[in-house]
Amino acid sequence: MELVNLGIKSVFIDNMIFAYFLGMCSFLAVSKKVTTAIGLGAAVVFVLGITAPVNWLVQEYILKEGALTWLSADFAGLNLEFLQFIMFIAIIAAIVQLVEMVVEKFSPTLYGALGIFLPLIAVNCAILGGSLFMVQRDYTLAEAGVFGVGSGLGFMFAIVALAAVREKLKYSNVPDGLKGLGITMLITGLMGIAFKSFIGIAL
Amino acid sequence: MSTETVAPVAAKEPAEPLFSKRRKKFVLDPLSDDNPVTVQVLGICSALAVTVKMEPTLIMAVSVVFVIVFSNLIISLLRNLIPGRVRIIVQLGVIATFVTLVSEVLKAYNYEMFKVLGAFVGLIITNCIVMGRLEAFAMGNKPWDSVLDGLGSGFGYAWVILTVAFFRELLGSGSLFNVQIYDASIMPTNSLFIDSVGAFMVLGILIWIQRSKSGYVEH
Repeated sequence: MELVNLGIKSVFIDNMIFAYFLGMCSFLAVSKKVTTAIGLGAAVVFVLGITAPVNWLVQEYILKEGALTWLSADFAGLNLEFLQFIMFIAIIAAIVQLVEMVVEKFSPTLYGALGIFLPLIAVNCAILGGSLFMVQRDYTLAEAGVFGVGSGLGFMFAIVALAAVREKLKYSNVPDGLKGLGITMLITGLMGIAFKSFIGIAL
Repeated sequence: MSTETVAPVAAKEPAEPLFSKRRKKFVLDPLSDDNPVTVQVLGICSALAVTVKMEPTLIMAVSVVFVIVFSNLIISLLRNLIPGRVRIIVQLGVIATFVTLVSEVLKAYNYEMFKVLGAFVGLIITNCIVMGRLEAFAMGNKPWDSVLDGLGSGFGYAWVILTVAFFRELLGSGSLFNVQIYDASIMPTNSLFIDSVGAFMVLGILIWIQRSKSGYVEH
């Protein structure tokens, strides 16, 4: 039950986009068409779902103070947390690369659909943000997995919804200076108000 | 693999002054006409997340300027040594090193602020402005030019997030730098500005004003 709650919370209430502004760059850049938005969203769910638990293991068994005691009792006082950023980003980049190769090998159609978005994901702040939040909030391994997938789904919802709005927007007459990024920011703000209505939901 | 944005200077010319007209452009362009946030749509994540109050925003702005200038310098010095295929990892490594530096310094001297900024210090690594400048400029230009370019983009980013923070703190909390400006009984504060919604709105309107002035239209 706890896990279900956490999942729902990370999809709707603690939404990556509307609550933490993570992944905004790709959120704004890749939301012009619904199909591409779905592609990017799926890739984010996938990568976030894998990197959060993997980084949890790294944090727990390598970086944390005294985490290396499984190797030798001498390391009890060792704290490698200052390497956190470099480790996390390297692992994310490696996993993205790995996922790209696996997908290319086993499902060329999915690879074609995700194509250019996969490498872009390595520098998507939502992914690194997911890992950093997970550490900050002391999740367990299971929670980290649920949180990763849930946050990914939240991102996917947001980007697909925005893409749908922007597709319709093509037919309206927006003032010149507001075209593109400006109006998109305002729309995102309005969508944020809508997402606020989920606050307080708990199972 | 990098895109050269500026034609290389002819070899026989006498040494160019440190602040020649061409170089001034590197610093001044990103401040208005080619602003990384309002025109190029980069680095929006942190532009919004930390701008609830002026103080964390200022620290964030300084950190980003520091990271962008020094990673630009390092990558520019290494530009002929980095193999094209692994350049992204190298760039991320350099950025992550400087971000770790910033975060350790912050932890040591201003732990309160470190807690306020939380994960967002780490997220400078994935700030697209930094990556974008390394990829588009430092990979193909000389060190000093790259430093100036980093300064320009950094300050372009800084003034935008400081402006957003100014309005959010003023209208959302009625204060500036935690100094109370007006009382809630005179004018009620609007909690939407503390919220993410206010950030989107303020930035949207700022972009509108900035683009109307510069005449930039997106198609």
